[in-house]
Amino acid sequence: MTSVLQKHVATPDDRPDDLDRSAELRREARKKSLVKATIFHVLVLAVAAVILYPALWMLMSSLKPSNEIVGNISLIPENASFANFTKALGGIGGVSFWTFFGNSLFLAVMSVIGVILSATITAYAFARIEFPGRKVWFSLMIATLLLPFHVVIIPQYIMFNELGLVNTFVPLLIGKFLAAEAFFVFLMVQFMRNLPRELDEAARIDGAGHVRIFRSIMLPLMKPPVMTASIFAFIWSWNDFFGPLLYLKKPDLFSLPVALRIYVDQTTTSDYGAQMAMAVLALVPVLLFFIIFQRFIVEGVSTQGLKG
Amino acid sequence: MSLTAEATGNRTAPPTKGSQARRSRRAAETRAGYAFLTPWLLGFLLLTAGPMLASLYLAFTNYNLFSAPEWIGFDNFTRMFSDPQYLQSVKVTSIYVLVGTPIKLAAALAVAMLLNTKRRGQGAYRSIFYAPSLIGASVSIAIVWKAMFIDDGVVDQIGQVFGREPGGWVGNPSMTMPMMVLLTVWQFGAPMVIFLAGLKQVPNELYEAAEMDGAGSVRKFLRITLPMLSPVLFFNLLLETIHSFQIFGSAFIISGGTGGPAGSTLFYTLYLYRRGFVDFQMGYAAAMAWVLVLVVGIITFIFFKTSKSWVHYSGETK
Repeated sequence: MTSVLQKHVATPDDRPDDLDRSAELRREARKKSLVKATIFHVLVLAVAAVILYPALWMLMSSLKPSNEIVGNISLIPENASFANFTKALGGIGGVSFWTFFGNSLFLAVMSVIGVILSATITAYAFARIEFPGRKVWFSLMIATLLLPFHVVIIPQYIMFNELGLVNTFVPLLIGKFLAAEAFFVFLMVQFMRNLPRELDEAARIDGAGHVRIFRSIMLPLMKPPVMTASIFAFIWSWNDFFGPLLYLKKPDLFSLPVALRIYVDQTTTSDYGAQMAMAVLALVPVLLFFIIFQRFIVEGVSTQGLKG
Repeated sequence: MSLTAEATGNRTAPPTKGSQARRSRRAAETRAGYAFLTPWLLGFLLLTAGPMLASLYLAFTNYNLFSAPEWIGFDNFTRMFSDPQYLQSVKVTSIYVLVGTPIKLAAALAVAMLLNTKRRGQGAYRSIFYAPSLIGASVSIAIVWKAMFIDDGVVDQIGQVFGREPGGWVGNPSMTMPMMVLLTVWQFGAPMVIFLAGLKQVPNELYEAAEMDGAGSVRKFLRITLPMLSPVLFFNLLLETIHSFQIFGSAFIISGGTGGPAGSTLFYTLYLYRRGFVDFQMGYAAAMAWVLVLVVGIITFIFFKTSKSWVHYSGETK
């Protein structure tokens, strides 16, 4: 459009009112888009404010004395202090906050290791090896994606109880090492299926077996889904409440969510400051993950439909 | 392992060398396949299939973890119909699914359409809106929610400004459901991100052509956006529905594990947990779990059956 206008300017015998009108139109269009942009940002910022308010309120409340939290809409603390954090770090019943933190961290890290090992191996079988029964097993795996896990928890609990594994981390981790979370397997299979077949065929001709192909060819190419799966395995394990609620009953084994629940039940309702501080501390690793990997996480969700 | 099998296959009986080598190669592939599948197979049999059968059996028994299960036929299932708490949990969960999911998806779609521009800051907004989905189900957020909705809490204060009677939502049986729905709507970011990815796939020419035909924005939304988004909508609807049937942690924390006040937060899985792991009525809880599986299965089936009439896949002519 601009080039057309310039040509018009160049010809002297152009009618002047035509020129004026187009310039006016342009100005109007620019004004219109400016108004539109302003409306966009005002709307989006309003949504953002509503979305962020609870999180900011939690963060700011953790810096306020308990009697200034409830009913205090304002985000700015009048007497900011870290007293709540000192209290929260003291832990519960003689067990320090750092014990819970360490338990959560151990569970999350082991979950990541388990998920990555088992999901990549399983995905290789489904995506790269031809064997009878593969399609049936694959359909069964997909079916478990939508299965409410409540149908297995009671027999699982009975089994782990019989084996004396209640009050250990085994029930919470064994599923990760046995690829029980089908979502991760599915994610890896989808990625692996898009890798060129020629890679493995060339390696086969060179005499490599499946173990070699998996380890030296597939794994190094799997960085993107491994990354996505690691992030989500970590965060899901970190936030998990149901599993630890069932299996961890000794305070020195508590993961943070269970400890947090006990903390809320034990402290009197007036001690909101310490509760907020502990809630904030429990979210720090997740928020750090989110800030560092946000592109990865959001891309992972939009391409794979991963749940938060 | 597979290599040695191939080598021995090649050495024997030269005349039928080809077919035999192929056969032994296939056997080696099968062995390799199942070797790689072993961890998943073990998990599937020990942690999913086995327990599913076991809980199906337990559903027909009386079992309290300490004495042997006692066969009682369909009693657990008939009991549900006369168990007011069970019926309450079905009611609460149904309302939550039927009200919460549409509102959450509508919010997700609205904000996704708002964000679907080439304006600056779009990526940052997308990340901010997604963040609650990552932390929304955590115990921390449940604690914050409770603190915001109690008597004299922030929400109560704001409500009073708008002329509401004083009183928090946490202790008011008729207000706990809106509170829980708000908590799930707050996490609209995950479906929004998926909608946004879907919106980016809609070719602009369609809108331009519609504009030339004089279509307004409502018409464009109904005739272009919705049909083009229907696969994504289907995916989100299915996932969110199944997901909201299983709400547990936040209801547990907000009600202190009781499902109160007056059973207004007694969600299905919370009641199942209480029956199974507080009262140790594990047979009854197993029966409840199987009913949940059947309901989710039927809903999934209906979704897929009806999807043919409203989900359009591009490249498909109808």
